[in-house]
Amino acid sequence: MIRNVEVLVVGGGPAGLCAAQAAASMGAKVTMLERDYVPGGQLVKQTHKFFGSEKQHAGERGFQIGRMLLDEIQADPNIEILPETTALGCYEDGVITALQGDKHLKFRPERTILATGAAEKFLAFPGNDLPGVYGAGAVQTLMNVAGVKPAQRVLMVGSGNIGLIVSYQLKQAGVEVAGVVEAAPRIGGYLVHAAKIRRAGIPILTGWTVKEAFGKEQVEGAVICQLDDKFQQIPGTEKTIACDAICLAVGLTPLTELCWQAGCEMKYIRELSGHVPVVSDDLETTKAGIYAAGDVTGIEEASSAMVEGKIAGYSAAASLGHSPEEAARLRQEAMEELRQLRSGPTGGKINAGIEKVKQDGGVVHVNLYRYSH
Amino acid sequence: MRIEEHPVLQFDRGEKVTFFYNGQEVEAYSNETIAAALHAAGVRRLGHSPELHRPRGLFCAIGNCSSCFMTVNGEPNVRICVTRVEPGMRVEEQQGKGVVTP
Ligand SMILES: Cc1cc2nc3c(=O)[nH]c(=O)nc-3n(C[C@H](O)[C@H](O)[C@H](O)COP(=O)(O)OP(=O)(O)OC[C@H]3O[C@@H](n4cnc5c(N)ncnc54)[C@H](O)[C@@H]3O)c2cc1C
Ligand code: FES
Repeated sequence: MIRNVEVLVVGGGPAGLCAAQAAASMGAKVTMLERDYVPGGQLVKQTHKFFGSEKQHAGERGFQIGRMLLDEIQADPNIEILPETTALGCYEDGVITALQGDKHLKFRPERTILATGAAEKFLAFPGNDLPGVYGAGAVQTLMNVAGVKPAQRVLMVGSGNIGLIVSYQLKQAGVEVAGVVEAAPRIGGYLVHAAKIRRAGIPILTGWTVKEAFGKEQVEGAVICQLDDKFQQIPGTEKTIACDAICLAVGLTPLTELCWQAGCEMKYIRELSGHVPVVSDDLETTKAGIYAAGDVTGIEEASSAMVEGKIAGYSAAASLGHSPEEAARLRQEAMEELRQLRSGPTGGKINAGIEKVKQDGGVVHVNLYRYSH
Repeated sequence: MRIEEHPVLQFDRGEKVTFFYNGQEVEAYSNETIAAALHAAGVRRLGHSPELHRPRGLFCAIGNCSSCFMTVNGEPNVRICVTRVEPGMRVEEQQGKGVVTP
């Protein structure tokens, strides 16, 4: 049986939560699908105080922000939240299918907001498939959600904010961090985070990479080596690190399978960290009635994801005739908020990426499938 | 190993339950995923890849990558990183691609 719904939000991270709240506040009936047990997305796993502006609750710890957003919408009778429900497919006629336990659900939404967030990037090196090579997100899920130590001694790969923050979180959880290797000549993340982990006695090696992971049935250690200024490995610089896990924090890329399936026009934009759907100022994709918000439109921050969620939520509600004037006013406010957020130090790259999306041409249609041999 | 003390977080693990890993009884908590419970018990190698038989463990822990497939209560290819433990559950290392029994 196909269920008709007014607004369907896929993904319950900061973008999805704010999209649901915004659309429902204008009078739309919203159904939100979230793959996880609890909505919150990346926020659920973050123990540090967030950067960003106060309006998006910066200064609070990530998991607390997630809880606040969730509390706000849980009381709303216009919003139905379906946790442990994964959207599987987005069909040409707009039907969305989902899996909830062993139940197969079908929805025919009038408007869809895709807020599926991001997937982690992988790194090629011998032994990278051994048990104990983990994505940074997996390490966070194990230690900050389940309360289980992912390993005893971890080598961190990548010194962006995620690598730095997760190194610190490992330390908080009582796990030793052997060091952080960074291929680039400079530390990628914010100085505050780098200083924190240096103070904790964790070395950060810039111009180094992981050459291979070794171990019989699981990771028993890693070989690291130095890189020259062309990112080529320098023979003879190899060092062996004793560790039982290698944590990859080498970036995120938008999780866009549903956008591809829906037939949205996609573009590869380096500044936005991968393929992104082409969207209008309202965040509507090239498929009428399908909106996209948050990291799925380009890897950015929780603060901008929340504001994008609001823009998509208000736009979707207004297009259905719910308080169109009020919605237009609030959407305008949110756009101004977003402009301010992006005028900060990291905004330049994002703005350049968004400009590229708007330009004609450059559309690439390739699908990226992973396969495990 | 479980984290007993954390400077910021408190864990709501639920009730103590037991399940079976390759026939062996393992202690777990009702709010945990199978992957978390196995990690807490020190099991990180979850199976082998179907063609080259390389050892496999979890990678993403959020149901994205299929690296954590095991057979659960006879059903193959279950992503144990997003499946909660249930009392008495039978979790087994999977051989090859698994066989679906009707
Ligand atoms: C370690 C770390 C530290 C960070 N620190 C900061 C910080 O200090 N300040 C800041 O502003 N930002 C920070 N960020 C970035 C921020 O967390 C993200 O930019 C933000 O969470 C993106 O929000 P989102 O809603 O787009 O995606 P996500 O938070 O990734 O949420 C997406 C949601 O969609 C769900 N989903 C995906 N696919 C499906 C599907 N098919 N069906 C159903 N549900 C699905 C997922 O389960 C998830 O809950 C940090 C990120 C990380 C990893
Ligand atoms: S570890 Fe990726 S699906 Fe389970």
